[in-house]
Amino acid sequence: MVNAVGKAEVERPSLAHRISTTLYSKPKLRLRLLLSAPVTWLGLVYIAALLALLVTAFFTVDSFTGEIKPGFSLQNFTDLFTNSLYSTVTLRTIGIALGVTIVDVLIALPIAFYMAKIASPRTRGILLISILMPLWASYLVKAYAWRSVLSNVGIAAWLLRPIGLDTPGYSLLGAGITLGYLWLPYVILPIYASLEKVPSNLLEASSDLGAKTFTTLRKVVFPLILPGIVAGSIFSFSLTLGDYITINIVGGASQMLGNLVYGNVGVANNLPMAAAIALVPVVIMFGYLTAVRKTGALDNL
Amino acid sequence: MAKSMPAIALKGLTKSFGTTKAVDNLNLEIGQGEFFSMLGPSGSGKTTVLRMIAGFEYPTSGTVALAGQDVTNLAPFDRDVNTVFQDYALFNHLSVFENIEYGLKVRKISKAERTERVNEALRTVRLADFGDRKPAQLSGGQRQRIALARAIVVKPKVLLLDEPLGALDLKLREQMQIELKQIQRELGITFIFVTHDQEEALTLSDRIAVFNNGRIEQLGTPQELYEKPASEFVAGFVGTSNIFSAEQAQVLFGKKTKVALRPEKIEVVTRGGNQARVIEVIYLGSFIRLILDVQGIQIKATVDSGVFHRDQTVQIKMNVTDLVAL
Repeated sequence: MVNAVGKAEVERPSLAHRISTTLYSKPKLRLRLLLSAPVTWLGLVYIAALLALLVTAFFTVDSFTGEIKPGFSLQNFTDLFTNSLYSTVTLRTIGIALGVTIVDVLIALPIAFYMAKIASPRTRGILLISILMPLWASYLVKAYAWRSVLSNVGIAAWLLRPIGLDTPGYSLLGAGITLGYLWLPYVILPIYASLEKVPSNLLEASSDLGAKTFTTLRKVVFPLILPGIVAGSIFSFSLTLGDYITINIVGGASQMLGNLVYGNVGVANNLPMAAAIALVPVVIMFGYLTAVRKTGALDNL
Repeated sequence: MAKSMPAIALKGLTKSFGTTKAVDNLNLEIGQGEFFSMLGPSGSGKTTVLRMIAGFEYPTSGTVALAGQDVTNLAPFDRDVNTVFQDYALFNHLSVFENIEYGLKVRKISKAERTERVNEALRTVRLADFGDRKPAQLSGGQRQRIALARAIVVKPKVLLLDEPLGALDLKLREQMQIELKQIQRELGITFIFVTHDQEEALTLSDRIAVFNNGRIEQLGTPQELYEKPASEFVAGFVGTSNIFSAEQAQVLFGKKTKVALRPEKIEVVTRGGNQARVIEVIYLGSFIRLILDVQGIQIKATVDSGVFHRDQTVQIKMNVTDLVAL
């Protein structure tokens, strides 16, 4: 009586098949399983680490034994606000981050515009690769490359001395130039992506309605690519705020916030103070993101 | 003198992309207040001509004149023409009001006059209460009207419309056709309308230029194009035609020339016509299309009513006077 069809009905489905069926009919279970790994990762590694940082900032260090004393003390923050070293370095760091961001955006805009709206597909591909390629090289290698460029006998000096200028050398300016170079791809790419999404016929419509080129850029292009500019600026601003290696390699004696954190973790052996200083860029970034959010630029990132 | 000046004059207009000529030595004059259509299949060059009039493309050779003034090398913002784009090209970051206001604002027109003219334009396109919306909140038909309002608010001498109704469904398209015609009459400005829809062109236009391969195949009123197509291409593209080769015409009419015959000119009679076998019956509501076989030649005929079925034999009458030589 058992025919081919009947036999197939009796056969139990395989385990994999049954799991698939269960997952298919229970979308919530599916979602939980999918999210469990990333949520655990985010919760433990990211949020927990940030909370630990926040808590540690209120601890103190026994100056005699060097041991960390848990507790609640505002001493670190009092130091942070009263010691002029910290405010100077904080302002300097913000200044460099702002400078790097502004210069990067100004350089990125025409490059991105050329790539998105003018270049042929072939040129666009070549440009895209040349922008991405530096990202494949190590950050340290690039910083040291700039150290050689900026040195007293480097390319910068060789190029600039004949026209009466000189290499900026290992200074804040040198660090700014290097950081600007390092983060430029991160600024170009989001601006390029947002420009590419601006339909060309909007530019035509604008000029058709009587707007000259500059008006079109200001009234049509700029509002539409603002989210891309903001995204790019978040990269260059936050990456500069946290940097402490480049400034060591090409910054001469100047320090940024990262150096103070590094110093307190290492030489000074004051982890709670390091945590307190590390909160400064976190707070600045938080303020920056809040300000940016109000403009609505994050809505369609 | 100024009255007789054509709104648009194109002389020897040519546009090459690489080795292909998208527009080939075009000469055309379009009168003031005319509703002029450029009809043709995609790739026939009609949109390129429109873009050269607007200033988005520069001709390889030839000239474009607006109301007697040579504008061949002027940028779009220096030309007194405006465009309604195929996909509307509305500024999504601006409200409907700001979209329409845009052209007035860049012309530095006072706030009071801007408000008045935008509201007037909104009334013209029958969307008076939509100023505060964003384009994304509107339906396709409404966006279409906003694009139209944005173009007419700056009072151009010529309005260019690039397949403006292409994205709308049939019902809306028919409604918009009527409104476009009315708005054009109210404003009295020249409309240049690009379309691949021959029915739309016939409905709307004072004159039509039929484009093919970068050239004008025929220029004339809708009636002229329909009744006296100048070429096989026009006969086939504008309306439906039976096109008979010289050999087929010899068999059917005893005349050895290539001819075209409209399906509705063929009558089904009770006796005294050509014997025809019904191959297919297509019911189209207001009329019935028959695909017939006469001595091995396929013929399309249109009848108003009657009951037909496949393989039925009917008598049809074709008048030699209805034939159009090609």
